Amino acid sequence: MRLSRNILFGSLLCSVILACALISFIWTPYDITQMDIPNKLQTPTAAHWLGTDHFGRDIFSMIMVGARTSLAVALVAVGIGMGIGVPLGLWAAAQSGGWVDEIIMRGNDLIFAFPSLVIAILITAILGPGAINAIIAIGIFNIPVFARLTRAGALPLWQREFILAARVAGKSAARISTEHILPNVANLLIVQGTIQFSLGILAEAGLSYIGLGAQPPTPSWGRMLADAQTMVAFAPHLALIPGLAIISAVLGLNLLGDGLRDHLDPKIRVMRT
Amino acid sequence: MTLLSVENLSLSIGSLPILRDVTFSIEPGEIVAITGESGSGKSMTAFSVMQLLPESATTQGAIHLNGRNLLTLPEADLCAMRGNDVGMVFQEPMTALNPVKTIGDQVAETILIHSTATQAEAQSQAATMLARVGLPQDRFPLSRYPHELSGGQRQRVVIAMAIARRPRLLIADEPTTALDVTTQARILDLLKDLVNEFDMGLLMITHDLAVVADMAHRIIVMRHGEIVEQGDTQTLLATMSHSYTKALFEASSHQVDLPEPSEGHIPILSVENATRDYPLPRTGLFAPRQHARAVNAVSFDIHHGERLGLVGESGCGKSTLTRAILGLEPLQSGTITAFGVEVSPSMPAAQRVKTQVVFQDPYGSFNPRHRVARILSEPFYLAPDAPKGEALTETIATVLTDVGLAPSDATKYIHEFSGGQRQRIAIARALITKPELIIFDEAVSALDVSIRAQILDLIADLSRRHNLAYLFISHDLSVVRTVTDRVLVMQSGEIVEQGDTDAVFTNPQHPYTRSLIAAAPVLPDLKELSDAPA
Amino acid sequence: MLRYTLKRLLSLLISLAIASVVIFAVIEIAPGDPASFMLGLNAQPDTVAALRAELGLDVPKSERYFNWIGGMMTGDFGMSYTYRTPVAEMITDRIWVSLPLALYALTLSTLIAFPVGIYAASRRGQAGDMAVMGATQLGIAVPNFWFAMMLVLIFAINLRWFSAGGFVGWDKGLLPALKSLTLPAIALALPQSAILARVMRSSLLDILSEDFMRTARAKGLTRRQTLFRHGLRNALIPVLTIIGMQFAFLLAGGIIIEQVFFLPGLGRLIFQAISSRDLIVVESVVMLLVFLVIMVNFVVDLAYAAVDPRLRSRT
Repeated sequence: MRLSRNILFGSLLCSVILACALISFIWTPYDITQMDIPNKLQTPTAAHWLGTDHFGRDIFSMIMVGARTSLAVALVAVGIGMGIGVPLGLWAAAQSGGWVDEIIMRGNDLIFAFPSLVIAILITAILGPGAINAIIAIGIFNIPVFARLTRAGALPLWQREFILAARVAGKSAARISTEHILPNVANLLIVQGTIQFSLGILAEAGLSYIGLGAQPPTPSWGRMLADAQTMVAFAPHLALIPGLAIISAVLGLNLLGDGLRDHLDPKIRVMRT
Repeated sequence: MTLLSVENLSLSIGSLPILRDVTFSIEPGEIVAITGESGSGKSMTAFSVMQLLPESATTQGAIHLNGRNLLTLPEADLCAMRGNDVGMVFQEPMTALNPVKTIGDQVAETILIHSTATQAEAQSQAATMLARVGLPQDRFPLSRYPHELSGGQRQRVVIAMAIARRPRLLIADEPTTALDVTTQARILDLLKDLVNEFDMGLLMITHDLAVVADMAHRIIVMRHGEIVEQGDTQTLLATMSHSYTKALFEASSHQVDLPEPSEGHIPILSVENATRDYPLPRTGLFAPRQHARAVNAVSFDIHHGERLGLVGESGCGKSTLTRAILGLEPLQSGTITAFGVEVSPSMPAAQRVKTQVVFQDPYGSFNPRHRVARILSEPFYLAPDAPKGEALTETIATVLTDVGLAPSDATKYIHEFSGGQRQRIAIARALITKPELIIFDEAVSALDVSIRAQILDLIADLSRRHNLAYLFISHDLSVVRTVTDRVLVMQSGEIVEQGDTDAVFTNPQHPYTRSLIAAAPVLPDLKELSDAPA
Repeated sequence: MLRYTLKRLLSLLISLAIASVVIFAVIEIAPGDPASFMLGLNAQPDTVAALRAELGLDVPKSERYFNWIGGMMTGDFGMSYTYRTPVAEMITDRIWVSLPLALYALTLSTLIAFPVGIYAASRRGQAGDMAVMGATQLGIAVPNFWFAMMLVLIFAINLRWFSAGGFVGWDKGLLPALKSLTLPAIALALPQSAILARVMRSSLLDILSEDFMRTARAKGLTRRQTLFRHGLRNALIPVLTIIGMQFAFLLAGGIIIEQVFFLPGLGRLIFQAISSRDLIVVESVVMLLVFLVIMVNFVVDLAYAAVDPRLRSRT
């Protein structure tokens, strides 16, 4: 089957970022803990492809390691959202109209009243800042997204006759949910999962930027931007490069998500924000 | 002067040919019906006349309305024509109206865009039109929204919109297909009256040959985008010079060869005083929940090998009763006993295998992600002596052969089959546990007539070979009449009449049964017609 | 309609009640006693006890919760642990920055997104649509605080059209105040408008394939008339949901943007409060943000009913 331009370009961008993150475990051009003050604030050169920061550290190396943080935080957060949200959504749909459904959906509404940033602030107030906070805050916010989506996808399926046929065969709601409903909402979840992944990267960058995410010395794209802010007037590349890294990752995932949507089922509507 | 003349119309959408060389005409005051099975191009012919075609459509030939060729008119002139010279009524009254605008505004809109009437004048004309189609202002004020009306009432609004400017030509695309038989009769009468009153031409698209024979002055039969035969209704029905026309009419009035019912009255399913309520949405924040009674004290038996019919209009409680019999929903009072065990949502699964079901929708009945073999083995779930491995493969092959498919079909996915084949698979799924009772829930209603005839034959044949008892639920009286021995008539949750099928149909006792039978359009007896001198 | 409103109102009150319990509980389990924190490690136990009494920390938790809620309803948000000034005063100063900023951004986002979304939908598959889709795809990917930095670099540092940060205050007049909020509002609004424009477009395209749109064409309406008279209002229903969610996002997202532009809003207040463990301020600001979000959802629910008559008659 012919893959669309969206999928090709999206997966290309994603693969580059993923490769950077993976390679950084075994090799980076420079050691990012090594300061080199004489060579600080260089614009891109042959030795430092993307220049150096105010401590003379190699920006390309920091971007590679930062990719690791971004991807890990966003991926785990999506995992939390899916792992908890999808079963809740399936359960709510199976009990549609009952009190379980009501409680799950009202609980979802309640979480939606706490924007992820506010959750992060609350968690920081208790635990202090850190990457784990970012994961929990973004993860909690992902739960209602997946719960709602799963429920919305599952509800019309429960009215379909093949579900009636399964019920006639004596199958329980739990079994029908895993055997019949889940495979039929999988496309929906894959597409939304890709989008949530990209939103997770944005959110992680935002939290690190204001100091609620990964703490130094762990490099992250958001922190690099925060450090660059005071120097933006005379070293704009310090701000430009991490920004472009974030944009490439998010754009790649969004293109991939849209491409997958068109490929799997053009009728899927994704939720954003 | 000819009102509409379509000459050698050919249409393709993209590279896909849809219509070829379609030629016909309509005079003022004339009702012309285009009929055919799905994919015949009958609806596309209607949309061609409206010039409401997909953007990728290309047309050749000519469509003359009042002497002007619509194919060469600019879009602005077409807009001036639509709604003013030609009105259109659609199949789905539930979705054909804008849900956020009042019916008054929607009817008045047709008037406003085609005349210089003021808002007030348009509203008053709209009121007149709505009253004319049977929605008087005292009961159906202009401020009503579509969701506050029933399907039949909405279709009347759509008709009022279409005729608000008294167009010369009205096009009706399956206008009664989504409606109940008694509502259908009233809408068809309304259309006939309007044609006479306004001296309109009516181009009617329908798959229902009984409606065609009943309404039309002239009939056009289409297949695969071409006209196979057209002519004056009486003459065409009498001669049927084309074999396809003949086959179509024969399939529509198809009689199956039902074996004699087996003797010995052992009841296998007993429904006693079954009552099922539905909670209604609360009317107030703290108001007590009201309940609607969907099934009210229904009692009947099905005996071994008996073919029982259940007829009734939408909302009469047929589906609720079906679900209760299948043990999917609990009863508020009364009992249902199948094979000596009480049926309920918590009944043992082993008990379920003796009753199986075939649903209406050949597209929604199967999990699209499973292969046929997996679909067919689902009823064995929790069955005590379910075959496994080789034996299961063998059973699946047998049952597929039984319904006229090949054993090799077991490895295919459901999207590889046509609607008729899917319904065979649905029957195979019901047969695989060797049940004694099958519920056919509108099982042939979504099929084209020729496919329907084949499936009905299959059902009769299986009933002969396996001595099957079944409950055949349908809104289509003619089908129930041919495949059942006994029939129940259901209205508002109650069984109002029951008896031998022939007796009930020839001599109905209850007024509701009589009104149902009177409303159902009937095909003229083909033998009589062809014997009569043309 | 009245019944619908009452029902929504009830659900709003329940949400507020639960949210307040959650926030209170979360802050309660935060480690560390504010009084000891404020007095330092070497404080005498009786001094700490005296301060605890002064801060109202010596009463049972349930009583503290009701004191907090009761106080907030009468406009008394308690006393800041660090600054010893009423929290209400601190919040009032800041909210006049944060709330106008969010509203400004929402207005911009809607004003941009509606025409762009409608334009793209009406030119589906054509060059104009492709351009809009490409631009919005990029817009969604841009982090707003990075975009804010770029705006500062271009319009404040290089072109010197705007100041790089700070807020002049409403007492300097409406226009200067709005001017100092303009770059932050644009930074917040553009990425959001990209999302909103896409939702508007896809919502309109969904409506275009509805049966009643064909009915409208059959009446003799032009494509354009059909789109505006019948499509737009129906398409608004999903768009409203997104606008509601965006307002919540803008209020919270404002916290980050306030950092970029050094705006004295709720965001800066909350960060100062976190670093000085001034938990009563954190608690109250979070509650206020959640209150605003829930209120917006309530307004969106009412807006639904105004747009969709089916909701009005349902109870």
